[in-house]
Amino acid sequence: MDDKPFAITLGVGTSRANKTGAWRTERPVYLDRLPPCNQACPAGENVQRWLSLAEEPSYEAAWRQIMEDNPFPAIMGRVCYRPCETACNRGKLDQAVGVNSVERFLGDEAIKHGWTVPVTAEPSGKRVLVVGAGPAGLSAAYHLTRLGHQVTVADSGSRPGGMMRFGIPRYRLPRDILDAEIGRIADMGVTFRLGRAVTDLAEAMRGFDAAFLAVGAHLGKRAYIPAGDCARILDAVSVLRDLEETSAPALGRHVVVYGGGNTAMDAARTAKRLGASDAVVVYRRTRDRMPAHDSEVSEAGEEGVRIKWLSTIAHAVGGTITIEKMRLDETGFPQPTGEFEELAADSVVLALGQEADLSLLGGLPGVEVDDGVVKVGPNMMTGCPGVFAGGDMVPDQRTVTVAVGHGKKAARHIDAWLRGATGRPAPKHPVADFDLLNTWYYSDAPATVRPRLEMARRITTFDEVEGGLDERTALFEARRCLSCGNCFECDNCYGVCPDNAVVKLGPGLRYEIDLDFCKGCGLCVAECPAGAIEMVPEIS
Amino acid sequence: MPVERTKFYQVGSFAVGNRLLPPEQRAVQASPDRGNSLTCGHRACRGCGEALGARWAVDAAISATAGRMVVVNATGCLEVFSTPYPESSWQVSWIHSLFGNAPAVATGVAAALRAKGRTEVRVVGQGGDGGTVDIGFACLSGMFERDDDVLYICYDNQAYMNTGVQRSGATPPAARTATTPLPGQAFGQGKNVPLIAMAHEIPYVATATVADLRDLEYKVRRAMEFRGARYLHVLVPCPLGWVTAACDTIRVARLATESGLFPVFEAERGEVTGVTKIRRRVPVDDYLRLQGRYAHLFGDPPKTDVIARIQAGADRNVRRFGLVD
Repeated sequence: MDDKPFAITLGVGTSRANKTGAWRTERPVYLDRLPPCNQACPAGENVQRWLSLAEEPSYEAAWRQIMEDNPFPAIMGRVCYRPCETACNRGKLDQAVGVNSVERFLGDEAIKHGWTVPVTAEPSGKRVLVVGAGPAGLSAAYHLTRLGHQVTVADSGSRPGGMMRFGIPRYRLPRDILDAEIGRIADMGVTFRLGRAVTDLAEAMRGFDAAFLAVGAHLGKRAYIPAGDCARILDAVSVLRDLEETSAPALGRHVVVYGGGNTAMDAARTAKRLGASDAVVVYRRTRDRMPAHDSEVSEAGEEGVRIKWLSTIAHAVGGTITIEKMRLDETGFPQPTGEFEELAADSVVLALGQEADLSLLGGLPGVEVDDGVVKVGPNMMTGCPGVFAGGDMVPDQRTVTVAVGHGKKAARHIDAWLRGATGRPAPKHPVADFDLLNTWYYSDAPATVRPRLEMARRITTFDEVEGGLDERTALFEARRCLSCGNCFECDNCYGVCPDNAVVKLGPGLRYEIDLDFCKGCGLCVAECPAGAIEMVPEIS
Repeated sequence: MPVERTKFYQVGSFAVGNRLLPPEQRAVQASPDRGNSLTCGHRACRGCGEALGARWAVDAAISATAGRMVVVNATGCLEVFSTPYPESSWQVSWIHSLFGNAPAVATGVAAALRAKGRTEVRVVGQGGDGGTVDIGFACLSGMFERDDDVLYICYDNQAYMNTGVQRSGATPPAARTATTPLPGQAFGQGKNVPLIAMAHEIPYVATATVADLRDLEYKVRRAMEFRGARYLHVLVPCPLGWVTAACDTIRVARLATESGLFPVFEAERGEVTGVTKIRRRVPVDDYLRLQGRYAHLFGDPPKTDVIARIQAGADRNVRRFGLVD
C-alpha cells in the first residue's frame, strides 16, 4: 500500500503523459514557396525579402538585399515595367503592392545617404572584358567585380548607360539618378573605356580571360516610304540619341511617329516637349496588339499625343503624308482597305524596332547569329568558349530589367567558367498561388498612388513625370505585402492550435510542430495567411 | 466594437500576432508566456473548437487577473476530455462538481473568497451548452439574479457532443442530431441564453467565436473589469457533431458570423453597447454546406424552403443587431 489518501488509488498528473501525436495521419510541415513577384522579376530580385526588411523599417538592409541582385534600384523604380506588380497576388484582393514605388524610394534613399556596396571577395586575378555600358553590361560588371574579378567596360558612347541614357528620355529617367547609380559601380573599381567602339572582338580580348557582350540594339529599322525630296524622315533611335548627345533635333510643329512600341511613345512624347503642336502616332494594328506598355500609352495620351490606329504611311511629300486605313484579317494581320487620309507632317519619325550591330563578331569562331540576334546557351555563353552575351543582342524581351537579369546571370556563369566549375542554379520552390492564401487575415488597403508632375510642366519640360513616395507612404506600401508563401511570424499557427502543439522559437526563428502532441487537425495550415504550411501524410 | 484595430496592412490585427507590433499590442495567444491553461495531451477530438476557445478564454482571464483566479467547470466535453482522473490538462486552479451545478459552485467559491477577504481572486465558471442552456440553467439564472461576482463562459457547440450528439436547447433549426433525426431540429425551439442573460440586466453579456481571437480576448478582459455576474457565450464548432473537417473549425465559425447566423455583440446592463460588423457577407448556404448535419438540405432536390427559413433568421439578426453598415 502506498501513502495515498482514503479511496484514492492513482496519483494525479499532467495530461502531458498522454502523447496524442499517435492519433495523427497527416502532419503539418512548414515550407517556403516562391512568391509570384520573385518569380516574375527578370532581374531575379528577392522582392518579398526586401519588402519585408523595408517593413521593419530597415531601409538600408532592404536596399542591400536589392543590391544582391540588381545594382540599379533607383533606375528600376523609374523605368521597370513592373512584372512583379502584374504577378502580385494582392491584385486579386484589392490592388497590387506598389513594389516599384518602394524600390524607387529605397534607391533614392541610398543615393541621398551615399550607401555603397563593398567588394569583399578575394581578387581572382582574372580579367573580364565587358563590351557595352548599357544595363546588361553594367550589371555584369557589377556582379563580376563583387565576385573578385577585374572588369573593363568598353563602349562607343561618350558616357556610360547605353539605352538608359541614349534611348530613355530624361522625363522618365533623370540623368543625375543614372549618373549616381553608374558612378557607384565605377567607384567599386570597374575600368571604363568610352568613346571607342570595339570593332574586332578577337583583338580586343587580348589580355582578358573572358568577355561579356552587350552591345544592345541601336540601329533603327527602316521601312521604305515613297517620299518626295523635301520630306524629312528620321529614325526614333537617332532622335533620342541626338537629344542626349548633341542638341535637340528640329522636328517641326507637326510630327508623325510611325510604329507602336515604347520607343514610338517616347519619340512622340519627346516631340511634344520639343514644341510640336501636334504629335501623331501612326500604327497599323489595334491597341490590344500594340507592343507599347499601358503606362506609356496612357501617359502619352494624357500629354496630348494622338494615335491613328489601323493605319500605314503610304507616302510622304513635303509637309504632308498620306496614310492608308487598314483592317485586320482573320489571322489578325492588317490588310489595306484603299481608303486614304492626309496628315500634316513636318517630319516623320520611324520607330519600327531596332537591330543589333553585330559587326564586332566578325571572324569569331563558333558564334551563331539567328534572325539578327546572337544565340546563347542556358549559361549565356555564345558558341565561342569564354564569350558570353546578353541584353538586347540576344533573343529575349528588350527591357532594362531583362538586361540587368542577363548581366547577373552571365556574371555568375562567367565566374563559374573562370573557376573551372559549372554554375548550378538553386532548385526553385513551388509557387505561392493566390488560392493558398487565407486572405481573411489581411486588412483592406488600396495602393498608394504616386504623385505626378502637373500637365503644364510635363509637355513643356523634360522634368521627371512621376514623383516618388515619401517615407510614410513607402512604409505603408511595403506593409501591404502579403508575404505569399513564406512565414512572416504572425503567430497564427501558434495561436490556433487546439492542442498547444506549436512551439514558438523566437523572433526570426519561426515555429516548430511538437509531434508528440500534434493530432494533425490541419487548423494551422488552414489559418496560415501566407500558405506557408502544408499537410503531408504520415508514413506508416 | 471597441476592439482596437491596429492599422497594419500586411496582416491587419486579424492575425494572432505580428512581428512588427510591440508585444503589448499582440494577442495574449501570441505570447510565449501565455498561460497555456489547457495544455497538451488532452483528449479532445482533432480540430476541437471547444479546446481552442477554452484555452483562449481562460488564458485571457489569467492575463487579466495576473493568474489570481479559480475556474469552476461543469460536466461536459470540456471536463471529460481535459480531466480523466488522474490526469488533467488544466494549469490553473480548477474545480469540477456536477453537470448542472457549475454556476452554483462558482457562486459558492466567490462567497468563500469574500468570506476570507480574498476578493482579489476572481472566479470563472464554464461549461458547454448542455450544462449551461439546459441542465445548469436554473443555477445560472440564480447566479445572474443574485449578481454573484462570477464570469460564466458557455462554450456553445450546439448539442451534447460528448455523449453522442444529442440535441440541446442550443441546437439550431434543421440540424440533424442523434435525437433529432431527419428533418432535424424543429424551428422555433431552443433558447437564446445571451438574450436571456441580458434580460437579467447583469453588468456584462457578450458573444464571441473562435473565428475572432482578438475580439474574444477583448471580451474576457472587458468582463473582468466588472464586478457582479457576467456572461460570455462563445460559439465553438464541433467537427464530430457538426460533421465538418477538422481543419475547418475556424472557417465554419467565421462563416457563422459572416452569414449573420451568429451575431457577435456585447451588452451592459441589458443594453447592446457594441456589435462586430459583418466584413464579407455570405449567404447561409456557404455556412450550411460545410456541415454534414445539414447535408439533408442539399440533396436532390435541395430543400430550398428550409434554407430560405434559415436565411430569414440570419437576415433578422442582421436587422436586429445592425450587423451591416
